[in-house]
Amino acid sequence: MIKLLTLLVLVMAVVTIWRIIRVLELVRDLRGDEEAITDKDNRTNGKLSLWFIVLGFAGMIYFTLDAKKYLLPVAASKHGALTDSFLNMNFALIIVVFFITQFLLFYYAWKYKHKKGKKAYFYPDNHKLEFIWTVIPAVVLMGLIVYGLKLWINITAPAPAEAMVIEVYGKQFDWSVRYSGADNKLGHSNFKLITDDNPLGVDAKDASSEDDKTARELHIPVGSIINFKFHSRDVIHSAYFPHLRAQMNCVPGMTTEFTLEPTITTDSMRLITGNPKFDYVLLCNKICGVAHYNMKLKLVIESADDFKKWYKEQSYVFAKPQAAPVVEPAGMSDTAKVAKTESEPAKVVAAR
Amino acid sequence: MSTHSNDHAVDSHAGDDHHEHEHHVTFWNKYVFSHDHKMISKQFLVTAIVMAILAMLMSLVFRLQLGWPDQKFPFLESILGKWGADGKLDPNFYLALVTIHGTIMVFFVLTGGLSGTFSNLLIPLQVGARDMASGFLNMLSYWFFFGSCAVMTASLFVEAGPASAGWTIYPPLSALPQAIPGSGLGMTLWLISMVLFIASALLGGINYVVTIINLRTKGMKMTRLPLTIWAFLITAILGILSFPVLFAAALLLLFDRSFGTSFYLSDIFINGAPLAHAGGSPILFQHLFWFLGHPEVYIVLLPALGLASEVIATQSRKPIFGYKAMIGSMLVIAFLSFIVWGHHMFITGMNPFLGSVFVFTTLLVAIPSAVKVFNYLATLWKANIVLSPAMLFAIGLVSFFISGGLTGIILGDSALDINLHDTYFVVAHFHIVMGSSAIFGMFAGVYHWFPRMYGRMMNKRMGYLHFWLTIVAVYGTFFPMHFVGLAGAPRRYYAYTAYEGFDAAININYLISAFAILGGLAQFIFVANFFYSMYRGKKAPQNPWNSNTIEWTAPVEHLHGNWPGEIPEVHRWPYDYGKPGEEKDFIPQTTPFSETKNSNLPGES
Repeated sequence: MIKLLTLLVLVMAVVTIWRIIRVLELVRDLRGDEEAITDKDNRTNGKLSLWFIVLGFAGMIYFTLDAKKYLLPVAASKHGALTDSFLNMNFALIIVVFFITQFLLFYYAWKYKHKKGKKAYFYPDNHKLEFIWTVIPAVVLMGLIVYGLKLWINITAPAPAEAMVIEVYGKQFDWSVRYSGADNKLGHSNFKLITDDNPLGVDAKDASSEDDKTARELHIPVGSIINFKFHSRDVIHSAYFPHLRAQMNCVPGMTTEFTLEPTITTDSMRLITGNPKFDYVLLCNKICGVAHYNMKLKLVIESADDFKKWYKEQSYVFAKPQAAPVVEPAGMSDTAKVAKTESEPAKVVAAR
Repeated sequence: MSTHSNDHAVDSHAGDDHHEHEHHVTFWNKYVFSHDHKMISKQFLVTAIVMAILAMLMSLVFRLQLGWPDQKFPFLESILGKWGADGKLDPNFYLALVTIHGTIMVFFVLTGGLSGTFSNLLIPLQVGARDMASGFLNMLSYWFFFGSCAVMTASLFVEAGPASAGWTIYPPLSALPQAIPGSGLGMTLWLISMVLFIASALLGGINYVVTIINLRTKGMKMTRLPLTIWAFLITAILGILSFPVLFAAALLLLFDRSFGTSFYLSDIFINGAPLAHAGGSPILFQHLFWFLGHPEVYIVLLPALGLASEVIATQSRKPIFGYKAMIGSMLVIAFLSFIVWGHHMFITGMNPFLGSVFVFTTLLVAIPSAVKVFNYLATLWKANIVLSPAMLFAIGLVSFFISGGLTGIILGDSALDINLHDTYFVVAHFHIVMGSSAIFGMFAGVYHWFPRMYGRMMNKRMGYLHFWLTIVAVYGTFFPMHFVGLAGAPRRYYAYTAYEGFDAAININYLISAFAILGGLAQFIFVANFFYSMYRGKKAPQNPWNSNTIEWTAPVEHLHGNWPGEIPEVHRWPYDYGKPGEEKDFIPQTTPFSETKNSNLPGES
């Protein structure tokens, strides 16, 4: 019944529209209205152009100011602070170009709209102008390229030997982490060794895996250099730490890596954002299947002491026969060891 | 050379005349298996419009999900069946919608639809040829395209769902049905459809190149070609060079999926068991895919820029500024487009040095692009602009080209791409610079050349309404989307529940969805105008826009062979608008210099 009614309504709608069109057609024929563009059309659309650009700019500025609160908080990694300022530099530049060119475009549409009897200025070419507006963008871009590549080369430089090695392992649809322990070396792993008890396929025969630990959360000490090694066992995932401005794909069959230095603890970030429930997060940022949108892991950045305490409680990949003597993981930098009282958010806020 | 081929064309036309009396015109050979470039162009256009509506409606469905994630929409169940059970969109089908929306828009609408329509319509008419070099190949090109659209549409009805690994179909996700249901039969159909599409693109492309090189009328030197033709020529060459690589990528994927090879697969453990595949690399696929994928961006964009250049010059009543620089910048863009594909892969673990090279080449693209923008602005300066709907759409195209191009400078920088890669910032960027920009070029083309296609005018008031609603909707949709990306929200998420901080993103998403729906509805004004004007629009005059190019000298009523008598001879470039000394503000290409003694520049005689 409902379907029949819907159909009836649709038919009525079509008929109504058709009648309206007929009326418009008759009016058009009465007025002898051609489809040619008149000066009135030009005036109307010229005005609309001007209104569009003025209101458009106003809307964009209003929205930008309003939407600032949605943006990511200050970068919580050393390189992130640098890329953020480079990003802002880029934005400053493109916003200027954007406003000038867009304004001219729509302003010209209004200013130089067609008038009967007027003739356009015949101006087919000017080599000097062409040269100028080829060279200026080229110079500016060279600047951006050089600056950007300098950052890129620093970010992707090989990790220093003392960096703490942590494996981040993606699979549909969760993350696992493995710490490399006192030897700072991850034990070999192989997808053929994967079982329910050994979900990462770690090789028990490799001596380096003896002190490897796994955990349900990813904790890293502030101020230490962390060398993440990424793996995937099924499809491509992408390990994305939005707050650290870091991302790397996890590709089955190969190891990828990303080295970074966290600079702000979770506690400090809670104060900075004014959100006591704030947590860092590791997200999957490469389409990986139905639960892609829920593939996440809590990331905690904490002081070296807190980290050590937490690390002690984590379990080994392979249960140890007796109590292990060594518990302190390698890769804790001296600064991290000193910075145990790093829960001083005031300092960080000032540093912004 | 052109003179010679022209004579040849005339001869063959004389033969055609003779033919037509013997072969009577039937419905089948006129409307279905037509060899006539004008009919084939209309076939491409109408097919593309149908596909575009389908893909647009898909985007509205997933925009509903993103804008109102907690809301139930009972009508979804009636149109989508099990995929919309209980009024909630199924997460698997969400991914399928995203995938098919992208595929249809990029390939069927903006490649097949745009090049297919306008290369076919304008190449013979603007270079002065009776038809394409091979009418038969041209017909095949359309029917491969149609077959490809049909297979893609059929894949929507596969029980496990259509392909859903994203339009870039990265393996292993696209290779393993265990990983996502859409990678079963749906993915196979996707690959078959794409193979047909590539065949169509190649048949079309070769035809376009041959026609432009060989069948130009007397006097039509390469430097007298309208910019549209230059754009179509460069586009066709890009397609011929890059589509075969996609074909190879698809074929290898098909082998991995169906015949157990390991081109892209290695070290995989899924569904509780290790797979036998060994030694392949998923990254290899990305290299192959983007070797097409990036030139593809320009295959989409260049024809739109060509159409816009022509419309802007004509409606500004002023020559295009820097004709040669425009051609040069298109050539440079086309060349660079082959050596920038790695910027899609900065964070796949590729060698950082290789990344640096791609940063360098990528940012170089901004130089010719900037030249084009400045030349458009210089064309508008001190012009006498007729703001027809086509002209407004061309201006809109330039606006999007600027907006989207500028954010490209950010994304092309690997250091910044680390954090923005695969976020909504990218989605916003390419929807503006490639999607909206190209579709606006296509709209400009349709409004401008509709009289040439159907002998009738489109309704201008509906055109204006369509333009203003659409440009507001596009900026309303995609400008805020940058902020969702800057908030760190990844793309292709069914919902933003993973992380509390994305509550904010949802607020913006609601606004975006509202604008998207507005934009979607506005397109029906165009569709109504298009089909209505086709039958009941005002009859078009011979040269409605006072244009110089020679397609407007052909009779309004279509006839096979385009011109009843001899093909007109060309004496000058197409942009003699508003020339001082001339009473009229345009001098058609067919006017010899001997008739315009008062306005000839030094060297023109």
